[in-house]
Amino acid sequence: MSHLDALEAESIHIFRETAAAFERPVMLYSIGKDSSVLLHLLRKAFYPARPPMPLLHVDTTWKFREMIAFREQVAADGDVEVLVHINEDGVRQGISPLTHGSAVHTDVMKTVALKQALDKYAFDAAIGGARRDEEKSRAKERVFSFRNAQHRWDPKQQRPELWHTFNTQIQKGESVRVFPLSNWTEMDVWHYIRREGIPVVPLYFAKPRPVVEREGALIMVDDERFTLREGEKVEMRDVRFRTLGCYPLTGAVESTADTLDKIIDEMAASRSSERQGRVIDNDGNASMERKKQEGYF
Amino acid sequence: MAAVDVIPTVSEETNLLRFITCGSVDDGKSTLLGRLLYDAGMVPEDQLAALARDSRKLHADAPDALDFSLLTDGLDAERQQGITIDVAYRYFHTSRRSFIVADCPGHEQYTRNMATGASTAQLAVVLVDARKGLLPQTRRHSYICALMGIRQVVLAVNKMDLVDCREDIYAAIAHEYRELAVQLGITTVHCLPVVAPTGDNVGKPSTRMPWYQGPTLVELLEAADTAVAQGVDFRMPVQWVNRPDASFRGYAGTICGGKLAVGAEVVVQPAMRRARVERIVTADGDLQEATVGQAVTLTLDREIDVSRGDVIADALRPAPVADQFAAHILWMGDEPLLPNRAYWLKIGSRTVNARVTSIKHKVDVNTQAELAARRLDLNEVGYCNIDLDHAIAFESYEANRTLGAFILIDRTTNATVGCGMLDFALRRATNVHWQHTDLNKDARSVSKGQQPRCLWFTGLSGAGKSTIANLVERRLHSLGYHTYMLDGDNLRHGLNKDLGFTPEARVENVRRVAEVAHLMVDAGLIVLVCVISPFQSERRFARSLFGQGEFVEVFVDTTLEECERRDPKGLYRKARAGEILTFTGIDSPYEVPDDAELRLRTSGLRPEQLAEQVVEQLLSGQTDSRH
Repeated sequence: MSHLDALEAESIHIFRETAAAFERPVMLYSIGKDSSVLLHLLRKAFYPARPPMPLLHVDTTWKFREMIAFREQVAADGDVEVLVHINEDGVRQGISPLTHGSAVHTDVMKTVALKQALDKYAFDAAIGGARRDEEKSRAKERVFSFRNAQHRWDPKQQRPELWHTFNTQIQKGESVRVFPLSNWTEMDVWHYIRREGIPVVPLYFAKPRPVVEREGALIMVDDERFTLREGEKVEMRDVRFRTLGCYPLTGAVESTADTLDKIIDEMAASRSSERQGRVIDNDGNASMERKKQEGYF
Repeated sequence: MAAVDVIPTVSEETNLLRFITCGSVDDGKSTLLGRLLYDAGMVPEDQLAALARDSRKLHADAPDALDFSLLTDGLDAERQQGITIDVAYRYFHTSRRSFIVADCPGHEQYTRNMATGASTAQLAVVLVDARKGLLPQTRRHSYICALMGIRQVVLAVNKMDLVDCREDIYAAIAHEYRELAVQLGITTVHCLPVVAPTGDNVGKPSTRMPWYQGPTLVELLEAADTAVAQGVDFRMPVQWVNRPDASFRGYAGTICGGKLAVGAEVVVQPAMRRARVERIVTADGDLQEATVGQAVTLTLDREIDVSRGDVIADALRPAPVADQFAAHILWMGDEPLLPNRAYWLKIGSRTVNARVTSIKHKVDVNTQAELAARRLDLNEVGYCNIDLDHAIAFESYEANRTLGAFILIDRTTNATVGCGMLDFALRRATNVHWQHTDLNKDARSVSKGQQPRCLWFTGLSGAGKSTIANLVERRLHSLGYHTYMLDGDNLRHGLNKDLGFTPEARVENVRRVAEVAHLMVDAGLIVLVCVISPFQSERRFARSLFGQGEFVEVFVDTTLEECERRDPKGLYRKARAGEILTFTGIDSPYEVPDDAELRLRTSGLRPEQLAEQVVEQLLSGQTDSRH
């Protein structure tokens, strides 16, 4: 068995265990490449039945327009329900990454919004696309990660997880986060996308795009809400994205890789890590761990 | 010492090795693993820059050296304490193979994390400090690896530079370890000398130790055997029943043993219903054959009852079925394992009720000596007899790592409190058959004209349980009901006179009372049980013996102050004076029920009034068929 086949089978096993053991599972759908792989595995795991759980997109209202278009295309496929949740309180307060900074924006529009949505639909299992190779504190995350009724994660009270015998017992009000891609690497994800022909948002492929250089990152000017600071100018450059998030918080990389083969070749030669382009991870030491304890994915 | 310039490409068809690293505190485990990732070209530039910055901050004396342990020490708490406290998984590949590494903690109190990492591993890298040689922890870690089914070990003798790279020191350690491995049943051992910070014999041969001509650590890992025990006979636990519409009914699961072809005859266990495999369905099209590790969906040629938790097996070579086993249990709970306490046991996709009926011995993990034990504490290993409430299909752990492995779950907190490796079914299970009787509970209760019930009175000593139950029984008797009262104190003069008041004995006391009450309900009686029964999990166990609505928990809620004021038997006074130990409410806990059918707040009410509440509750559930 090749290692991609082994990873695929393990993920399908995790999906099925979630569907069988929980009353109201949901798959968190962030529209990125990992979500595309998750959706593909979700369909495979339950074939020929339709996926027995909806997708949930927590929309910060600052996603790239091409991401939203892609999401609508997925919804139009019709085999799986796509729920969209926006923190309307945050919208009323006018929370924006440009004026409030990444920390406040992420907390209000992502972490708080996610908790609102999980409570609203009373989901008891939320499947996400996080991988252990992404970041140090993720490396210790369980596949079935227990959250108390306040959605908090306690790294010191994690359930030991042995074999593929997952403990799925919870009390009412508690929940788990489930990570079927725990053991995948970024390279595995791209190899699998190529092997399976999985559609991804075109932003992953290089082409000339309007960008501004700000604090060392290349930010794409995706709509009119982006205002230029003094001395900044919009340039057309050949860029692509390694990860996708809120456009003002997501740095592009200069690249000419406009096919899957070229992306994989570029990654093999690359010497920087995937989350480098994310502004959110750099708000202080061990900030991901703190966000996770508070309920961030 | 520069890292390779290009990350090696991995083809889509390379295979996967899962291994763990273990060693004692300060053996340099994190450094070795960090170095391995670095030599494999897995450390991106931005992480490398952060590493150089952090290394300078921590080691002002050696500003240019990289502290590779910082690459793998993840959580905040660990960075502060400088030790690894939880299992961390790392990923890397070479051009020949992909690897998943479980970085296992060396600290003494985290044995459970090591077992976690070992459970999915095919190989262990055991680290030893050349200056210290084998330590008790080395032996402990190797024992746990062996217990968890790892049969190949790479012994890395680290810090060779600190013993002047002397071959005789290395050879002595390697020799001693090979002897240990033989004792533990580890069949394949490779030893090598390394210096982790500089990478000697990690990714490249060492120039300082020309006397070592063997493969490097990377080469050993690339060549290791990736097979795990999965048996040759077809086995698949059913995870999920796939029923999109009336025309399709499939059974989804991951094959955990052997292989399967369309048309094969299979048996659904434990009920032993036979069928033939009609289709092997996957989203990529039907298969003619499927093998271990594949996640598939099977359809059968006839309609038989199959549900989650069943095992589909080769009909000619089915798995054994039993409800009593001998097994090794590694305890991971903060509260000790107590014999006869009920836990959830999950094996494959099936969850059942389980009790440890006896601890035959516990194992000193440092010496493997067998010791007598009445309980298992955190990180202790015991060889135990286990009793389940349902028969299951299983395999020995030696033969199959899925159907021989289980976890134990606390019924109150839902924490994973233990893991176990099945050995064999106890003969009792196969030889003692359930004797079928023609008359059943329904027949017996019809002739008495009543629905049998168990009224379970729980509460502190002196709360008024027996007084109220006595009044309830008199009232029921006068109405013509058939009753019996089981009083905890009275039973301790006979059935339970061998039991004391330790937590273990209290668990056994409640179990026996519950089983007797169950027999009496089966006889058609209304049983009134009066026992303090201070622990939630025992009351839940008692409840689990009875059918829906048969068990009525009555919490006699009297405050400790009030019980102490009454003190009808003078017990509180003795307990306060230290003459009685482990007295409930004083120095042993009472866990207040949160799912009792009836809560009697006794304050200000006479026992007659309280008894009437119980009678009302009971009679409201009796569809009266009496004359």
